[in-house]
Amino acid sequence: MSKVASLIDIKGIRDGLLVKLGDAAWPTFQVALINAIDDRSAFYKGARLALDVGDQVLHVAELVALREMLSERGIFLWAVLSSSSTTEQTAQNLGLATRISKPRPSQVQPAPDGVMDAIALWLPRTLRSGTLVEFPGHVTVMGDVNPGAEIVASGSIMVWGRLRGVVHAGSQGEVNAVVCALELNPTQLRIAGVIAVSPKRKGKAQPEVARLKDGILVAEPWQA
Amino acid sequence: MTATVLTITSGKGGVGKTTAVANIGVALASTGQKVVCVDSDIGLRNLDVVMGLENRIVYDLVDVVEGRCRLRQAMIHDKRVPELYLIPAAQTRDKSAVSPSDMVRLCNELRPECDWVLIDSPAGIERGFYNAIAGADKIIVMTNPEISAVRDADRVIGIVEAEEKGSPVLIINRLNSAMVKRGDMISVDDVLDLLAIKLLGIVPEDENVIVASNKGTPLALDGKTKAGQAFQNIARRLMGEEVPFLDLESQGLWQRLLGRK
Repeated sequence: MSKVASLIDIKGIRDGLLVKLGDAAWPTFQVALINAIDDRSAFYKGARLALDVGDQVLHVAELVALREMLSERGIFLWAVLSSSSTTEQTAQNLGLATRISKPRPSQVQPAPDGVMDAIALWLPRTLRSGTLVEFPGHVTVMGDVNPGAEIVASGSIMVWGRLRGVVHAGSQGEVNAVVCALELNPTQLRIAGVIAVSPKRKGKAQPEVARLKDGILVAEPWQA
Repeated sequence: MTATVLTITSGKGGVGKTTAVANIGVALASTGQKVVCVDSDIGLRNLDVVMGLENRIVYDLVDVVEGRCRLRQAMIHDKRVPELYLIPAAQTRDKSAVSPSDMVRLCNELRPECDWVLIDSPAGIERGFYNAIAGADKIIVMTNPEISAVRDADRVIGIVEAEEKGSPVLIINRLNSAMVKRGDMISVDDVLDLLAIKLLGIVPEDENVIVASNKGTPLALDGKTKAGQAFQNIARRLMGEEVPFLDLESQGLWQRLLGRK
C-alpha cells in the first residue's frame, strides 16, 4: 500500500486537486490512482482533477479510459500536464487544459541557439477551433488553421492550407522567423514581439510569406 | 433490429438541436422505422415539450440509469406515428446524475429494440456533452449560418474527432436564402469551406418551427412546410437514399461560386 501510495502525489491547488505521477508504467499508475481514490471515495467525489504525467507518452484511448473511470467516481478530469508534446497534443484534442494557472518552469525553455535550424513539428491535419499548439521550434501544418485555433512556435510557421487562426512565430524573440500559408488570412499574426491583423483583402488569395522588415510586419507573395 | 445511435450536438445553444431531434424522429418513424428519442439534457429538458409529450412523463432517463424502472417503462409512445418513443430527461437533477458509461449501457440496451436512437445533446462541451456522445455510432453537428455558431461547431467537430467517433455530418439550420442573396448571411458554401465535413441537410428559416414547437406538433408530421420537408429529406438521407438538396439550398451555393469572392 505504501509503495503504491508513493507512486502518486496528490495535493490541493486553487483549481482543485493536482496529482503528480511518479516513476511507473502507465497501467501501474492508473491502478494506483483508482485505488487511492476508492479508498477515500467520499473525499474525492465531485473533485476537479489535474494530472501531471511527467514525460509519459499517452494516447487518446488511455486518457479517455482514465477520464471515464474518474467520471464514474464523480471526478472531473480537466487538465493533463506533460512534458511530452504527444501527450499534450492528445490532451488538447480531448479538450483538456494543458496548463494550470502557474506556468510550469520546465516549459519556459530559453530559445535554443540558432533556432532557425531547430527541429520542426509536423501536423498533417486541420487545426480546429480550440486547438493550441505550442512548440519550441518550427511548425508545419498540412491542412487549415481554423479561426479559434492557435499556434505558438519559437521558430517559423508554415501552413499548407488556409491560415485563419492566431499564429505567433519567433515566440522567444526570434526576429528572423516567418509565417507562410497558401492563404494567409490570420485572425492575428505575431512575429517576435510585433502584432498585426490581416487587412481586408480583395481578389483571389495567393500564397504569401509574412516576415519582419525593419520592425514592421509585411506580407509578400510566396515564391520558391 | 440493430439500431444506429445518432447524437445531435452543436456546442452553441439555441441552434435547433431539440427541434431537429423531434422532427427527424417523427420523419423516420413515419416511414415505418422504430425510433427512440433520448433527451440527455438533464436539468434543462425540452424535447418532451417540443414533442408535446410533457404531460405523459412518469419515469425519466435518470430513473432508468439508477434502476428505479425498466427501460420500457420510461419509453413514452408518441401515438401520432406508429413507432416513436421518447425517453425524457430528469428535470430535478443535473448532468452528474449520469456518466458516459451509463449512456453506453443505455444505448447498448436500446440497440436490439429499435432501428434508430436519436440523442439530444445539451449545449456546451462539458459533462453533459460527453454523456451525449458516449454511446453514439454517428454524430450530427448542427449549426446556424452565423460566425459564432460555426466557430463552436468547429470546436465540437475537433473534439468528436479526437474522441475517435469518426467524422461527424453537418446540418445547417435556419438558412435565410434572401439574406444570403443580399450577402448579409454567410452561405452554405462558406460554412462547408470552414468545417470541411459531409453535409447531411440544410433547413431553411421558417416561422412555423416556432409555432410547431409551442404546440408540441413537430413540423415533419406533415411535409407542407419547407422546414418540415427539409427534415423529411434528412431522414431519407439517413436511410441511405440520395435526395437532392431543396431548391433554395443550391442557390446559396451557386451564388457564392458565381457571385461574391
